[in-house]
Amino acid sequence: MSMLTVSGVHTFYGRIEALRGVDVTVEEGEIVTLIGANGAGKSTLLMTICGNPRAAAGRIAFDGREITSLPTHNIVRRGIAQSPEGRRIFPFMTVLENLQMGASVVDPAHFQEDVDRVFTLYPILKERRHQRGGTLSGGEQQMLAIGRALMSRPRLLLLDEPSLGLAPLLVKQIFSVIADINKTQKMTVFLVEQNAYHALRLAHRGYVMANGQIVLSGTGQELLANPEIRAAYLEGGHG
Amino acid sequence: MAPPSGTTTILPPLDRRAVLKESAYIAIFVFALAFGLVGFKTEDVPGGLEIVTRFGQVFVAALVAFVGRLGMILLREQRPVPVLWGSAAFAAVMLALLIGNLAAPAADLTRYLPFGSVVINWLVTLLAVVFFGRAVWVLRHRSRAVTAGREAVMDRVAARVQRSARVIGPLLLGIAIVFPFLPVADRWLLDIAILVATYIMLGWGLNIVVGLAGLLDLGYVAFYAVGAYSYALLATYFDLGFWVCLPFAGIMAAFAGILLGFPVLRLRGDYLAIVTLGFGEMIRVILLNWYKFTKGPDGISGIPRPSFFGLPFTRNPPDGSESFHSFFGLEYSPLDRIIFLYYLIIALALVTNFFTLRIRKLPVGRAWEALREDETACRSIGINPRNTKLTAFAIGAMFGGFGGSFFATRQGFISPESFTFIESAIILAVVVLGGMGSQIGVAFAAVILIGLPEFFRELQQYRMLAFGAAMVMIMVWRPRGLLAHREPTIRLFPQGPPVKEPKT
Ligand SMILES: Nc1ncnc2c1ncn2[C@@H]1O[C@H](COP(=O)(O)OP(=O)(O)OP(=O)(O)O)[C@@H](O)[C@H]1O
Ligand SMILES: [Mg+2]
Repeated sequence: MSMLTVSGVHTFYGRIEALRGVDVTVEEGEIVTLIGANGAGKSTLLMTICGNPRAAAGRIAFDGREITSLPTHNIVRRGIAQSPEGRRIFPFMTVLENLQMGASVVDPAHFQEDVDRVFTLYPILKERRHQRGGTLSGGEQQMLAIGRALMSRPRLLLLDEPSLGLAPLLVKQIFSVIADINKTQKMTVFLVEQNAYHALRLAHRGYVMANGQIVLSGTGQELLANPEIRAAYLEGGHG
Repeated sequence: MAPPSGTTTILPPLDRRAVLKESAYIAIFVFALAFGLVGFKTEDVPGGLEIVTRFGQVFVAALVAFVGRLGMILLREQRPVPVLWGSAAFAAVMLALLIGNLAAPAADLTRYLPFGSVVINWLVTLLAVVFFGRAVWVLRHRSRAVTAGREAVMDRVAARVQRSARVIGPLLLGIAIVFPFLPVADRWLLDIAILVATYIMLGWGLNIVVGLAGLLDLGYVAFYAVGAYSYALLATYFDLGFWVCLPFAGIMAAFAGILLGFPVLRLRGDYLAIVTLGFGEMIRVILLNWYKFTKGPDGISGIPRPSFFGLPFTRNPPDGSESFHSFFGLEYSPLDRIIFLYYLIIALALVTNFFTLRIRKLPVGRAWEALREDETACRSIGINPRNTKLTAFAIGAMFGGFGGSFFATRQGFISPESFTFIESAIILAVVVLGGMGSQIGVAFAAVILIGLPEFFRELQQYRMLAFGAAMVMIMVWRPRGLLAHREPTIRLFPQGPPVKEPKT
């Protein structure tokens, strides 16, 4: 049984149909990457999994239990954490407080241990622990967003464009940390990325989305080798 | 943009016409405003009212506005020298006249003063001194970074005040406790202190909703009213005492808070403000029209005064019973009751304060603050926004209800007239000006906004104008509030592991 099953999901914004029957599965322990053009509906899919907006049709199951109509906060309590598009950290709270907020749904007894783990992944956050979130650099904010998501001890981590706006060196670092979390903590990761080359190389499997539908899927290597994908997402970059 | 300090700054040329135009606009604006407000005055004369004109004052006011604006622009444009001399000369002349007038009233120096009111003359002089200070400051820090510098200075002051709250808090509390026994504390001053303390408490209560949870509530007076009427009705219908009614009043107000909370769960910002404003008015209108129950506009009188653990503050207790002074073998003094009321409100305020300080560190309080910053992010970390908002409304309302009960027992009489929108506005002003979320800031703002005007009774209706002007000035000068500073609720490593906290 797959950890996450999205089947035939449609999502609307008013009358705009952003998802037109999406099927995606994520197996336990995998890194799955979703790529696609701007406006394809990638962020919408991640948000729909978290129940905000609600899917208009289709079903979403986590661990074999349907979560399609649960409120967002209860979905998170089931063990899905999201680092949303645009990071959305709390700007007036310190780094430490942001992390503490991320741990809202878990036993506070784990707090120290979990914070230490995040600080090992991102030592810069430790240095900045008393700095307000809003004054962090873009890259630091991204690390904080991921760190905050990790604090809820999720089993499935949803990441929306973690490399957005980062310098190449930091992009590499962000991805290597994701691979690291996946290996050492056995964390399942569902990743939305524009940075197709890095993201597909990292992933066990990948999906390509266009106009609210999945148009291609395969292992990371397969997709990387696919000429259409090379033409659409990789040319000029690392081609 | 900002040149590094130490280098000479090349100033952009001044557009004289634009400067004059801007100053003239202000002068015209002030003229138009003052024409109606100051230009005509009704005066009691034998046989009726007579309209006295004071156009001279209107012109002076416009002129002062013109010069003041000019000075502000010059300061902004880094040309402090004319302002320096101008303000110094003006302040010197004014001070000479004002002090001379105090020293020798017979010389009738007031003729030469620009304004009829002594207080306004003093205020204008003070303003000139402020201009002088600013000019000196600009002269010493000739750089574009002045505004940023000022913000930083105030931020640092705010941060230091917050950090030293451990010292300042108990100190102020000590002063508050001994205050009634100081020789200066007469009936009048005690009444003002009670009033200020009431607003401090209400400010702290509203601070939970507005400052912590970030829900702009313009109808806080509704909960104040619910608390006051709960106590008044319970006490008069069922003959219950203050201490029995107090928790009930709090619970009733909290229910009212939840009642308001449900329909506004999805609203934010302006829309939330409008609905809460409507809610405040609704409660007032209900109180006004439900005659059978609330006696409508007649109000409720004969509300029992609080007793000291059953001992009333009466001169002649009924036979066979004791009153406060006889029980303790004291001389009867009407001040006893006032002092007791004073301590009562101080205690209520302290409870509000400790509650807020404590809850900020608990999961609920942290969720409130997170909600203020980003509701979507809150959802995505597993916080239930509905419950979080409802608890904020309920708990904020509860303290409003406590405040209302106190008001009822202090006044002995309440009517819907005491619970108009202006009350909500004043409480909100106390919170916003103090610096949202800052406990000491709120106390500070209450003293300034509620206490100070009492000393300026001479200004009559201009008091409210000055109130408004002060508010506008603070908002321009420091939009986040005087002592806005958010102290983190958690520190790790330097001070050991965090306290274990119960699960949400
Ligand atoms: N709140 C909204 N209201 C209306 N339309 C929306 C809303 N959010 C997204 N859309 C629309 O839904 C479509 C999919 O948007 P989505 O954010 O999922 O794209 P995306 O694949 O994440 O794109 P990007 O790579 O640029 O982040 C777009 O056409 C967008 O305009
Ligand atoms: Mg997106």
